[in-house]
Amino acid sequence: MSDTAMTRREWLLTDRPQSRTQARLGRAYVTWRRFTANKLAVIGLVIILGLLFVAAFAPLLAPKSPYIGDLKNARLMAPSAEFWLGTDDQGRDILSRLIYGSRLTLQVVFLVAVIAAPIGLLVGTVSGYAGGWVDAVLMRITDIFLAFPKLVLALAFVAALGPGIENAIIAIALTSWPPYARIARAETLTVRRSDYISAVKLMGASPMRIVLRHIMPLCISSLIVRVTLDMAGIILTAAGLGFLGLGAQPPLPEWGAMIASGRRFILDQWWVAAAPGVAILIVSLGFNLLGDGLRDALDPRSAGQ
Amino acid sequence: MSTADTQKPARRANRRASAIIGAIASFLVVVATTYLGLLAVTFFIGRVVPIDPVLAIVGDRAPAHVVERTREAMGFNLPYYQQFYLYVKGVLSGDFGTSVLTTNPVMADIRRVFPATMELATVGTIIGAALGIPLGVLAAVKRGSVADQIVRVVGLVGYSVPIFWLGLIALLVFYARLGWTSGPGRIDVVFEYTFTPVTGFYLLDAVINRDWAAFKDIFSHIILPASLLGYFSLAYISRMTRSFMLNELSQEYIVAARAKGLSESRIIWGHALRNAAVPLVTVIALSYAGLLEGSVLTETVFAWPGLGLYITNSLQNADMNAVLGGTIVIGSVFIGINLLSDLLYRMLDPRTRIR
Amino acid sequence: MFIGKLNGHFRVLLAGAAVSALVLSAAPSFAETPADTLVQAWAIDDTITLDPAESFELSPAEFLGNAYDMLVRLDVADTSKVKPGVAESWTVSDDGLTYTFKLKPGLKFASGNPITAEDVAWSFERVVKLDKSPAFILTQFGLTKDNVTEKAKATDENTFVLTVDKAYAPSFVLNCLTATVGAVVDKKLLLEHVAAVTPTDDYKFDNDFGNGWMKTGYAGSGPFKIRDWRANEILVLERNDNYYGDKPALARVIYRHVKESATQRLMLESGDVDVARNLEPGDLEAVSKNADLTTTSAPKGTVYYISLNQKNPNLAKPEVRQALKYLVDYDAIGSTLIKGIGEIRQTYQPKGVLGALDSDPFNFDVAKAKELLEKAGLKDGFSITMDVRNTQPVTGIAEAFQQTAGQAGVKVEIIPGDGKQTLTKYRARNHDMYIGQWGMDYWDPNSNAETFTSNPNNADDGTVKTLAWRNAWDVPELTEKTKAALLERDADKRAAMYRELQQAALDTSPFVLIFQQTEVAGLRGNVKNYKLGPNFDSNFVAPVTKE
Repeated sequence: MSDTAMTRREWLLTDRPQSRTQARLGRAYVTWRRFTANKLAVIGLVIILGLLFVAAFAPLLAPKSPYIGDLKNARLMAPSAEFWLGTDDQGRDILSRLIYGSRLTLQVVFLVAVIAAPIGLLVGTVSGYAGGWVDAVLMRITDIFLAFPKLVLALAFVAALGPGIENAIIAIALTSWPPYARIARAETLTVRRSDYISAVKLMGASPMRIVLRHIMPLCISSLIVRVTLDMAGIILTAAGLGFLGLGAQPPLPEWGAMIASGRRFILDQWWVAAAPGVAILIVSLGFNLLGDGLRDALDPRSAGQ
Repeated sequence: MSTADTQKPARRANRRASAIIGAIASFLVVVATTYLGLLAVTFFIGRVVPIDPVLAIVGDRAPAHVVERTREAMGFNLPYYQQFYLYVKGVLSGDFGTSVLTTNPVMADIRRVFPATMELATVGTIIGAALGIPLGVLAAVKRGSVADQIVRVVGLVGYSVPIFWLGLIALLVFYARLGWTSGPGRIDVVFEYTFTPVTGFYLLDAVINRDWAAFKDIFSHIILPASLLGYFSLAYISRMTRSFMLNELSQEYIVAARAKGLSESRIIWGHALRNAAVPLVTVIALSYAGLLEGSVLTETVFAWPGLGLYITNSLQNADMNAVLGGTIVIGSVFIGINLLSDLLYRMLDPRTRIR
Repeated sequence: MFIGKLNGHFRVLLAGAAVSALVLSAAPSFAETPADTLVQAWAIDDTITLDPAESFELSPAEFLGNAYDMLVRLDVADTSKVKPGVAESWTVSDDGLTYTFKLKPGLKFASGNPITAEDVAWSFERVVKLDKSPAFILTQFGLTKDNVTEKAKATDENTFVLTVDKAYAPSFVLNCLTATVGAVVDKKLLLEHVAAVTPTDDYKFDNDFGNGWMKTGYAGSGPFKIRDWRANEILVLERNDNYYGDKPALARVIYRHVKESATQRLMLESGDVDVARNLEPGDLEAVSKNADLTTTSAPKGTVYYISLNQKNPNLAKPEVRQALKYLVDYDAIGSTLIKGIGEIRQTYQPKGVLGALDSDPFNFDVAKAKELLEKAGLKDGFSITMDVRNTQPVTGIAEAFQQTAGQAGVKVEIIPGDGKQTLTKYRARNHDMYIGQWGMDYWDPNSNAETFTSNPNNADDGTVKTLAWRNAWDVPELTEKTKAALLERDADKRAAMYRELQQAALDTSPFVLIFQQTEVAGLRGNVKNYKLGPNFDSNFVAPVTKE
């Protein structure tokens, strides 16, 4: 029992942790090792970290202004030493627009997750815990939303709210919560009758407290995995809306909208549409790899499946 | 009066019958409320759209009195609940109203465009399943190998690439540069008045008509968008196949089969895949439904005259009858496919069947 | 077990699919269109009806212009004049109120029915009584539902008499009659297709004058007849063998709905279509460099402008209105975004119309604009929104303007929307700035003068919703002048009055005129005699031949 003699690794991996913190750290370390054993997942993580870095330091990284171009003299130029990825139809530097666009992508992903996940969590846990007609009504509503194709529903919502990045975010969030509600409900149903919850109930906790303090935390880890896996889908939906002219408004450098405007020049100036497409591909691939790795690491049962 | 002994099975049968009727009834209630919700949501969206639907009909240059008169004729001056009531009443009698954009009844339009979407999704699913299942099996058998990793990455790229962008690039390369395939649309205009659709599935129609020139043309139109959609369903199908196969391969009967000395290919294709087939059917059905949705963007890029293009076009022109009709049809197909895959699952899976 | 069966055929199936894919795609398809058919790729999604009494959009104007005949037609060689159509000759009474038309004898509709003055009178009657969007072009001469049968009348088989309520300039009246709403329809044929309706307060007649059938039907006498129309897909014109004039060389003209410029170009290059109608500058340039292809173009009666709502206190200042006219980089836009598809034009009358003023006084001048803004007390600029429909070239121009206006401190926020959405807002006067286009209703200077420089009632519930009204520009004097020009029977004096109005607009109006549209078409080399007219209803396809 000589702590000092243990390496840090042994301390983390001990099967007799001395404190809660040690146990938690130990579990996290195991998860981390499982995660890093998966090369693809690490690549995903690197991509996402890269995205965060680019977004954070966009003003330093971007060689030119993303908004001001030279219409008369620098329109639709091929990639060159001055414009690494060429210029668009307003004579703006595509690389700079891509760099600033990373901020919009993160904004969309983050806000959708922040709006949709809590809604799903709340609906799912309340539905699962309350049961009866509350469950029936809430699940009916969830089913209605699930019966719509996501993109069509988002399209309709944006049409109703008017184009713009905020409205696109709201529309995507409104279409993303039903699966989360389903997951949260399923998890709630498995723990609802557990001794642990019964014990809390006996201690006189109110139903609201039980749902908020005891059930929701149990659902969060599976929700996080699901949300991470959904991030790529969110990015693609946002880009799809942008492509149809219903996403960000000009001159915002939203990647989907950039593809849409580059589409007109695809025959002669293919790079205008190619660059943002590659950017979307890389970032959503990053999220998918990361989500995949996270799921394997957090849920050993399904590892490798 | 019969004895208590003979009454018992009769009563049990009765109870069973009423249970079945009850299940059907509650199922119908579920479907009905889902539909009503579908209608309510779309109707609500249609009415809060900040577009004046009357403008869609009379155009920009119409004088004010014409605009007013049209508004009244269309019932837009009624309270919303009355408009909704009238709409639901119409839908129940199979009347989705008239499309402003095409001036046809929405039902007739949908009957015309829906086969185009179905054909695209069907060919896409065939391509996806034909390639996805072998790839998934391969990945499962060679688990952890380079091949497995490649299949995994190919699948994940499929999940990550914006379909409209890939479509554009594919058009650029295969149509514009290489000239291997035909461009946007379903069929060349040359065939416009020689080719008569029978079923609405053009490939099938060409076979029925024995019009091989048309068949070739149709094939070269459909191959590109269908391959794209196929790629997406491949991503999903190969992933699920791998997972199901891994599950089967770890089962005891496989070990037993190996012990009996059966050939490996027999074990994989004959036993494991056969058992994995049951959940796979569900997966393929779901991916088919997913393709119907994915077709919205694909159809835009390839100018494919299907339901997705119909809905986006109508949406952009505030043609709400058409949007509602199209959405209800897609929603119904979603519900239908879910039910069907459920049913198939039960019929094919011996375990659930016995129960 | 079905997997077991499938298994056996699996490889065979796969190999078969691969082989057939190879075989079928081996020959790159250079499709050629049939020799007697002209195939055009064009965005025709604005067509919502084919009834001349109701249709008021651009693409149907071309279809109707080719499939119907009017009393008089625009003279494409000299667009300030008209030439005979169904009418052989016409006279105007000395008091300027009575127009007498003599019809050409022995003419027939496509149906085989003879064309009589009775058909002309009934065509007028149904337009006025149906009272759809373009009806005002005829009702502005004082025709009403009650008096139309008297004022537009057949006096014998071949004589049609039109009586107007004021002594208008004859050029004005005749110009209006060239519009598609003046098309002569086949009364006998249409009477077979009228549908009964219940009279209401708004519509006092018991039948629809064939309006329902005419949405997709055809009852005309032009060189072509409309054979088929599927909205957003296709429109087919077929040679009319009963046409009295020179018969078209082509048996069929097919319009295929294709929206994208790049797609149209590809189809043109690969021979899938003979004509591409919506080419954007980049694609136009590529087509003009291609040895197999040619291009043709014609200025059109459509102008693009930015308008400034006078309800916005900043935009209401005269200096601000002028300052913004200096903040458009006309040169850059002209040489890039609209190259080949438009020409810079700062007056609101299109080139070629009677009395059009050729004057482009503004250029991009940030210093001048800043000076004007300072005078208006807005030294540091201001923020403003602009509603923009998400189509080209307006989106591109809006973005360019956003950048150049920013240089003088005017921060423009672009609100994109589809066409109907921005229009809804514009027509309700809820916008700040709006960028859009205006096409002439009929080929006469009154059309644009009336909308840009007259506003009879600036109240929110005003009934004459001209562009000046939409931007709350209250100009009683100019309104009077516009009216006066309508009654000036001397063509030269009338032209001078219109030039004055345009000058006033340059100096004070809330309209920043940017360019006049040039319509272009890319053609296969074997297409000959393809000419675009000044208006969409004068894009005649009858003379076209294919080698």
